[in-house]
Amino acid sequence: MQSAADLKKTASQVRRDIIRMVTKAKSGHPGGSMSCTDFLTALYFNVMEHDPATWTRDSKGQDAFILSAGHLTPVYYSLLSRSGYFPVAEMATFRKFGTRLQGHPSVEKGLPGIVQTSGSLGQGLSAAIGIALAKKLDNDNHTVYTMLGDGESEEGQIWEGAMFAAHHQVDNLIAMTDRNHQQIDGTTEGVAGLGDLKAKWEAFGWDVIEADGHDMDIVLDAFAKAKAKEGQGKPIMIIFNTEMGHGVDFMAGTHKWHGNAPSEEQCATAMAQLEETLGDF
Amino acid sequence: MKKYTDKGKKDTRSGFGAGLYEAGKADANVVALTADLKGSLKMEAFADAFPERYYECGIAEANMVGAAAGLAIGGKIPFVGSFAEFVTGRVYDQIRMEVCYGETNVKIASSHAGITLGEDGATHQTMEDIALMRALPNMVVINPCDWTQTKNATIAAAKYDGPVYLRFGRPKVADFMPDEPFEIGKAYVLNEGKDVTIFATGHMVWEALQAAEALEAEGICAEVIDIATIKPLDTEAVIASAVKTGAVVVAEEHNMAGGLGELIAGVLASTCPKPIEYVNGKDQFGQSGTPAELLAAYGMDAAHIAEAAKKVMERK
Repeated sequence: MQSAADLKKTASQVRRDIIRMVTKAKSGHPGGSMSCTDFLTALYFNVMEHDPATWTRDSKGQDAFILSAGHLTPVYYSLLSRSGYFPVAEMATFRKFGTRLQGHPSVEKGLPGIVQTSGSLGQGLSAAIGIALAKKLDNDNHTVYTMLGDGESEEGQIWEGAMFAAHHQVDNLIAMTDRNHQQIDGTTEGVAGLGDLKAKWEAFGWDVIEADGHDMDIVLDAFAKAKAKEGQGKPIMIIFNTEMGHGVDFMAGTHKWHGNAPSEEQCATAMAQLEETLGDF
Repeated sequence: MKKYTDKGKKDTRSGFGAGLYEAGKADANVVALTADLKGSLKMEAFADAFPERYYECGIAEANMVGAAAGLAIGGKIPFVGSFAEFVTGRVYDQIRMEVCYGETNVKIASSHAGITLGEDGATHQTMEDIALMRALPNMVVINPCDWTQTKNATIAAAKYDGPVYLRFGRPKVADFMPDEPFEIGKAYVLNEGKDVTIFATGHMVWEALQAAEALEAEGICAEVIDIATIKPLDTEAVIASAVKTGAVVVAEEHNMAGGLGELIAGVLASTCPKPIEYVNGKDQFGQSGTPAELLAAYGMDAAHIAEAAKKVMERK
């Protein structure tokens, strides 16, 4: 389990991986991957009970994670490979023909660590609910995690799932929202205002925690609070306030890097701002 | 011709309910979900016997399909039940992503399929669902013909490891099939003939048998084959019969586009082209009415099948 200081170093490497993967592939989604990097690094290297050596898709006897915002494969693949699910070198195949590292997470290609296909937005929460129900039936006392984009929360299925999870008291489920306020066409408020997201989830019957998504101490504290709320009859949502493209000055705070790859030159500029801590792939 | 006796009119959705209960009794991993249609889908017996394995999802089909996929990932065998339109067209993307591409062991229980849903009208009479489900890689498509076959197909679907689309209906129809284990992928030859083959699926199978009896009275010996599994199609049986009789009728309670008729035509065109007539819905929506009125008006009953058989034989 990594300390906050170590997590920061890991997160720096994850951001390097994200930008280098997307640059090599000349496509992919770096901006959103970098807004959720810090809290997902904390999840994979501190919070979640998981063991890549014994992992199976059903996640029996382990915690499970579903990336609902499926386009954020750069951060996902970096976390999985750096955790030991598959060789770090395989990141070089991202989005290439024949790869297990498909543009969006694919179960069919058999990449270890992928619990469910995602990419059509709004669907991961429902799948996470189903896995959580299966764990309850099996008396498997582990947690199911999922992460939603804030733009993704415009999908109606999210709110179907929200109602279902509260009604059925799915209290072994911790969902996260990456509240970076950006989506493809602009700001979330400009495109389809989400309003008071915390109040919305609370009105749907969830326990909601709001926290800074980049300060590692605050992130760990938020997860600890969420874990403490498990088993009390309510599903749990952590809204992490973040910045799109966080960690690289020219990518931060804009939707322009939602689905665009940096040039080799821009990649070099970004690398100069991010410490290489674990060795590049 | 071989005689089939109606043991008494029953709805195929009740056959599903009976099969679901049997499957749940046999395997503790079987779970069921519905979107506010427990009664319509006849899921009460399962829900009463196994309340911890039954999930009422409310009128929220997208989440229901997604939650079922999650349950399947967790090792369960979920059946999701609703009206045909609401577990196909309404959730096509969820089925494509979460079930078929996601390779989850989810069973789509699709009731009130076809025009025989009746009085509720065209909004609820889906005639396009087979096309949608057939188009999806990894999906098995089963359309049983009566109460007994639906019950046994449901049990078989639970045992099969992978996505299944199980289509059945609302009205009470003849129950005539023997009570035997259902074989996925097998075409059931109900009557051997030599002059013309009638391939039928779902409610049209009984109509095909009635048509064959009428044809027999006119000296025509029709082969009747129940295509209970539309995907994977028993191509060997289809080709063998078409070669034997040299004339084909395909009868289904579904529109032409993407249905069984087009499927069989495609198989025969690339192997042994034979004249074909189609008994099915055309490129249109239905309307309110009784099942019998609608089947007659839209050309999907025994009379139309017999007429199609005579017509296709002229083109031999």
